[in-house]
Amino acid sequence: MSNQDRHIDIAQYKIETEPYYETMGDEVALYEAAYDARMPVMIKGPTGCGKSRFIEHMAYKLGKPLITVACNEDMTASDLVGRYLLDANGTRWLDGPLTTAARIGAICYLDEIVEARQDTTVVIHPLTDHRRTLPLDKKGELIAAHPDFQLVISYNPGYQSLMKDLKQSTKQRFTGLDFDYPDAKVETSIVVKEAGIDEETATRLVKIAHTARHLKGHGLDEGISTRLLVYAATLMNKGIQAKSACKMALVTPITDDKDIRDTLIHSIDSIFA
Amino acid sequence: MTTDSEFQQYRERLKCSFDQLEDCFDDCIKDALRNLSNDGIEDYLSGASLVCMIGRGFEPVLDYLEGMPGIAHQLGEENLKLISQAVWDMSRTPNGNSIPPFMQCLPEASRRLGSSEQMQHFIEIIFAMMHATTGSIHGHHTTFPSPGLPDLLQQIPFLLSQLSLEGLKNWIEYGVRNYNDHPERQRDYFTLQSADSKAMLQRERHGTLYMDHERQLDLYLRSMWKQEEYLVPYSPGFDELRKPQPYFDKLGMRIPDVFDESNGVSGINRYRIVLAHMAGHKRWTERQIADNLAPFQRVAVELFEDSRIEALTLREYPGLKKYLLALHPVPIEGSCDNKNESCVRHRLAMLSRAILDENHDYKNPVILEYVEKFHDTLKDSESSTKDMLMLAISFTAKTRVQSDQLPKVRFENTVVDYRDDNRHMWVFIEENDEAEDIEQKPQQSDQEELEGLPPRHYHEWDYNTSSYKPDWVTLYESLHPPGRSADIDKILEKHSALANYLKRILDLLKPQHYVRQRYQEEGSELDLDVAIRSLIDFKSGAQPDPRINMSHKHDGRDFAVLLLMDLSASLHEIPDGSSQSILELSREAVTLLGWSIEQLGDKFAIAGFHSDTRHNVRYHHIKGFSEHWDDPVKSRLAAIEAGYSTRMGAAVRHASHYLEGQKADKKILLILTDGEPADIDVSDEKLLIEDTHKAVEELSAKGIYTHCISLDKKADDYIQDIFSANGYTVIDHVEKLPEKLPQLFMSLTV
Repeated sequence: MSNQDRHIDIAQYKIETEPYYETMGDEVALYEAAYDARMPVMIKGPTGCGKSRFIEHMAYKLGKPLITVACNEDMTASDLVGRYLLDANGTRWLDGPLTTAARIGAICYLDEIVEARQDTTVVIHPLTDHRRTLPLDKKGELIAAHPDFQLVISYNPGYQSLMKDLKQSTKQRFTGLDFDYPDAKVETSIVVKEAGIDEETATRLVKIAHTARHLKGHGLDEGISTRLLVYAATLMNKGIQAKSACKMALVTPITDDKDIRDTLIHSIDSIFA
Repeated sequence: MTTDSEFQQYRERLKCSFDQLEDCFDDCIKDALRNLSNDGIEDYLSGASLVCMIGRGFEPVLDYLEGMPGIAHQLGEENLKLISQAVWDMSRTPNGNSIPPFMQCLPEASRRLGSSEQMQHFIEIIFAMMHATTGSIHGHHTTFPSPGLPDLLQQIPFLLSQLSLEGLKNWIEYGVRNYNDHPERQRDYFTLQSADSKAMLQRERHGTLYMDHERQLDLYLRSMWKQEEYLVPYSPGFDELRKPQPYFDKLGMRIPDVFDESNGVSGINRYRIVLAHMAGHKRWTERQIADNLAPFQRVAVELFEDSRIEALTLREYPGLKKYLLALHPVPIEGSCDNKNESCVRHRLAMLSRAILDENHDYKNPVILEYVEKFHDTLKDSESSTKDMLMLAISFTAKTRVQSDQLPKVRFENTVVDYRDDNRHMWVFIEENDEAEDIEQKPQQSDQEELEGLPPRHYHEWDYNTSSYKPDWVTLYESLHPPGRSADIDKILEKHSALANYLKRILDLLKPQHYVRQRYQEEGSELDLDVAIRSLIDFKSGAQPDPRINMSHKHDGRDFAVLLLMDLSASLHEIPDGSSQSILELSREAVTLLGWSIEQLGDKFAIAGFHSDTRHNVRYHHIKGFSEHWDDPVKSRLAAIEAGYSTRMGAAVRHASHYLEGQKADKKILLILTDGEPADIDVSDEKLLIEDTHKAVEELSAKGIYTHCISLDKKADDYIQDIFSANGYTVIDHVEKLPEKLPQLFMSLTV
């Protein structure tokens, strides 16, 4: 089985073109330092603020393959580590994404880790401390992680319920980076660049996003994300009227609360005269 | 020119012989001739004759003669007949005393109603009210005048200023329905003195009500202005000359309690504009010292500052411009006469309009000059209140004329109703004796410690009208006074056999945290036993079982249960074949249930209720969700007492607000009762049944499941109307309750 990694096509995990990412502070330098020491990193921040994009960008910059796992509640430890499957001759072991990453020395990115149940996330523990190993107890194999392997997790501390939190023992294995929506100027330039829209419109879109972000905790779980702003701008680029585009991309997705909808629609109306 | 002989002819056609008539007839008929056609005059005179014949003295005739030409001119001449006939009809009932107020309210009503159909509708509403409230002794002859009708008619001008005709109808019908058998209360209602009369009025108001949009306005301030303000509504003084204006101070922003649509701007947008203006002041205005300025100068400074706030607001939110243009008055140049009236306000309003609206057509060079100066000042910066002050002073100096001092001030087209009164702008250095500054005595706080929580009001569903009666029921919640907790332990001892049996069931129910699910076609792991069996089947040519995986499932119980006990007087009864009262049996049953749920670890609360009219529904807290099954809880349960009646709806609504606050997958409200909902102040049996049904529907809309355990053998007649087909259990043998209740609970929650 030791030659199994020969079958893994590493190229598919490589990022070929540079993902666009606007630096907000010193996060790039911090991440590079952490990667240098192969330290596990956790990234916290609201949805759509650029967490995943940042990791892609860093993987590209460091030239390492990136394996992303979107976590969910039904995910089990075997979904990460691997499992036996049946084939004509009996059973066959199939590596999970975490195992693959540990073998080939990729950056393994567990997106929205708190969505997975706490007992599932415990399997990453041996990989995240000095041991850097992954025991496959069902298979009876102990994998020593590739020297390039690094584990990154992300989660959104905002909207999850109290039940969904990481165990202390998991938390304390990571270093953390706090992400938030970029400030108005940077966000405007992101929208301009991503959607190819004029700066004036982008400024207005960002203004709308700010009005919505003030409502967080007052009926909105999350403000309008940068991603949604890019959607709205893209729709406008396709010739959709500003107000309709904003309603479709910025209002309808985020809430069903009539009062909030009315307020947001009014703010769109007053910002796009 | 009409001659005296012609007047005489008309006079003869009016069959009425009051002496006073001679003094005023000429004037009235002149007015009528101006306003009415020949046919109209005919109707007018015969109508007046009819009013004269009712024998109610001269006053109604005079009212008719004076008022009708105007009304007929406004609404059409068919109203002449309509109204005289209405007066005649009214005089045929015992309600003669209402005729003068009826005649008096008509001119104002006709102005408000505006069309003949509306007037007819209005008269129908008044007559419906009259017929409904006129009393009779033995059922056929109406003998007592309606107690509320004269009062109602006196309130009509105010009511029509507040309500649409439809709203008026609802408001009147509500009063008739609820106070028909209580003359004093009826009068209180129709004179607008009672609380629910005002509450009803509020609800039927036309326009955008503050109370319906409070949250939206809070959200508006928060999202667009990043401000958190306490909003206080005030009533727009419809009958006062000096209209209250919005303002803000340390205690919050005062805004009108209702806004009608105006010039195409909806009520909610008018609210937003008012808030935006005040929020703008909060953001950009600096306080100025008032002492050095004359009143005129201050007015001008305020106006320039208001315009600056608007300009800055529009810079931020250009979309508001269309609303401001629609709401800002347009003073007409030259409409103010400089010689006879003071044009200060007019001049300033023109300036403000010209600043706002670049398409204005004003020619006055000074105004144009200052509009330009204003825009220059704000060109590259936010400018400041100080700059506005300088600008305003020079404007006043330049435009001041002698006539500004005149007492007659032109107000027309100068009131900008979305602006506040700017009291926040000024600091007075010298002391003055304005009323606000007189120190008020600090209010004495209540010495007495409140025993329970403050009362809560709940609405009640009235199936007759398919509407809620606002804040109808008052509910008081308190801790149930404690008794001896040892009594409860005794009950457990007594039922130890049953308790043991329950314990065995409970052990089976206890959540197993991680459960294996075998035989899954898709699962997280291969189930080797099954897989090998399948493989053997496959190899030996048989059809293999494809369900060779297994998965794991979390099995937890996540329930929040609130048990609501009916503690009405009927619980004292001792059912046939039993030696214990229903109260004792209920207590035993709840004891066992509470004990078993504690074992299961579900969230569980107990409360009891009874009622003594709608003014006093008592809700007793026995066990809260966060409390354990310990001595305080047991002692409260031991002390439960039965008394009063069963007004269930309010208790259910109150219980639901506790359940709403719980985090659980399933929320259950268990109601333990021995009879139907009833109260001594309700004669209609169906009313409280329907109300409870409505409350149950409200709960299910909130995701709370309601289940009723009824000890009333005859409950089948009504219980299905309240709780849905599967939402209840009737326990026929009450003595079995202690055994049944925990079992029932478990079967509900498995």
